[in-house]
Amino acid sequence: MSLTSEAVRRIAKLARIRVDDAEIAVLQTELNAILGYVEQLNEVDVEGVEPLSGGAQMAMRLREDVVTDGEIAEQILANAPDRSGNFFAVPKVVE
Amino acid sequence: MSLFDLTIAGAGAALAKREISAVELTAAYNGAVAALNPRLNAYITTTPELALAQAKAADARIAAGEAGPLTGIPLAIKDLFCTAGVRTTAASKILEPFVPPYESTVSGKLLEAGAVMLGKANLDEFAMGSSNITSGYGAVENPWKREGSDAKLVPGGSSGGSAAAVAARMAMGATGTDTGGSIRQPASFTGLAGIKPTYGRCSRFGIIAFASSLDQAGPMARNVEDCAILLQAMAGFDTKDSTSAERVVPDFRAAAGKGVKGMRIGIPAEYRMDGMSAEISALWEQGITWLREQGAEIVDISLPHTKYGLPVYYIVAPAEASSNLARYDGVRFGARVDGEDLIDMYERTRAAGFGPEVKRRIMIGTYVLSAGYYDAYYLRAQKIRALILRDFTQAFGKVDAILTPTAPSAAFGLGEKMDDPVTMYLNDVFTVPASLAGVPAMSVPAGLSAEGLPLGLQVIGKHFDEESVFAVSAAIERAAGFSALPALRAK
Repeated sequence: MSLTSEAVRRIAKLARIRVDDAEIAVLQTELNAILGYVEQLNEVDVEGVEPLSGGAQMAMRLREDVVTDGEIAEQILANAPDRSGNFFAVPKVVE
Repeated sequence: MSLFDLTIAGAGAALAKREISAVELTAAYNGAVAALNPRLNAYITTTPELALAQAKAADARIAAGEAGPLTGIPLAIKDLFCTAGVRTTAASKILEPFVPPYESTVSGKLLEAGAVMLGKANLDEFAMGSSNITSGYGAVENPWKREGSDAKLVPGGSSGGSAAAVAARMAMGATGTDTGGSIRQPASFTGLAGIKPTYGRCSRFGIIAFASSLDQAGPMARNVEDCAILLQAMAGFDTKDSTSAERVVPDFRAAAGKGVKGMRIGIPAEYRMDGMSAEISALWEQGITWLREQGAEIVDISLPHTKYGLPVYYIVAPAEASSNLARYDGVRFGARVDGEDLIDMYERTRAAGFGPEVKRRIMIGTYVLSAGYYDAYYLRAQKIRALILRDFTQAFGKVDAILTPTAPSAAFGLGEKMDDPVTMYLNDVFTVPASLAGVPAMSVPAGLSAEGLPLGLQVIGKHFDEESVFAVSAAIERAAGFSALPALRAK
């Protein structure tokens, strides 16, 4: 299975990364090299095997559903590229 | 003897006896950083004044009789650990302005133990790489040189700045993180010991996420004992990480002295890969002989799915990365590039902020998780990951630890292995399986290549049995008597 240039554009769009036309061909070659490399996984018999999602050898812990933090708006906003009062500011979304 | 010849254990003893002061030690290391960092680029950010203030506090603590083994010990902290009030970049331009308001659990534990932070060590961008060349803040130079050559070599990656800093004696030890080999491979390339503990042993809280089911913090230092001292302080349960293990942390330093008499050491047939260099093969044989001579029983084992480790990793890790790195959108923190509208702003911000390797991995991850391809790629990879874990579980029914080479070669030159991404990925062929299984693994320096570069052996243990890993690694270290030093270092 090989990615077309249109597929590369679609992936870039999904990933929210702006890609120039000149970069598409390079990415297409590189991504196809990686996908070609992982193709060998198709030869493994995985019938009846449960997928392993994580490295932890334990069940997820639960905790009480209570507030453990808060009242730190200044700290949270300190790194904002743009803010307005206690809000993150972004370009206008709705006209 | 110069201050730079002291190990962490040795400096700890000298500090306790008041033969040296923490300020004296930190000032010497600050000087080494100032002298060597312009060339080696091991640190992205240096914090000499903060380090001196911490050293003063350490001296006060020692005087009050409240010191521990890390009090006053100057360390490099990989710039993937959030440090309160100190810029943390993950070696990415997208985090260039980011100053965390909080401290990672692991770096916080080291500071609580009285350690001194010299600065934030360089790395591959978001820890994605095996050579440190993907850093947005410039490549790191390996302080080691091939005999008779001044060619610049890579320190390995992703913890390449940590490795170069400790090897060149610009730090006594360092934190690293390991997702597929990022502690062990650079340790091997720079003549250091480095351990990736069991997944869950160290808290991931405050470590900038790459692939959350694989990321694990660990120490890098000049010898096994120093790694044991560092890991002792770094490890432990943390309610802020949902995958942190609620387990008692054993005495790693004691474990390192246990010896290997009667232990069963597995040698996996599948790690003897086609094209393995004679040098690496001979080093491995030497390691086997050393362990046998110290009373271990050598057992041939099989890990049948070894060859699928790398391809599984290059689906699972990018998939998790594409999800983790979605947060860098120019809204809440980090750099922003303005656009015509919100989507355009996201796209321009991410195009400008991420380097080529990070973009490739995000795109691969996006693809393998996308509708119609999820089952064929991601789900299949997760199933084979389960088979890789089963291989280890079965092998550990027969043996106490496994011995393999750490990397397929010694450090290579800057600019080599750049033909295509997959060539670079092959560096991690021996380290990735342990990451996928979540088991602890350590690289220990075992010898020199024909060109005079360090080579490491890898010891893999059972889940939460770092003690055996330390015991076997220390046995190799004793037998190897590795004493070579890099060409560039503080003296």
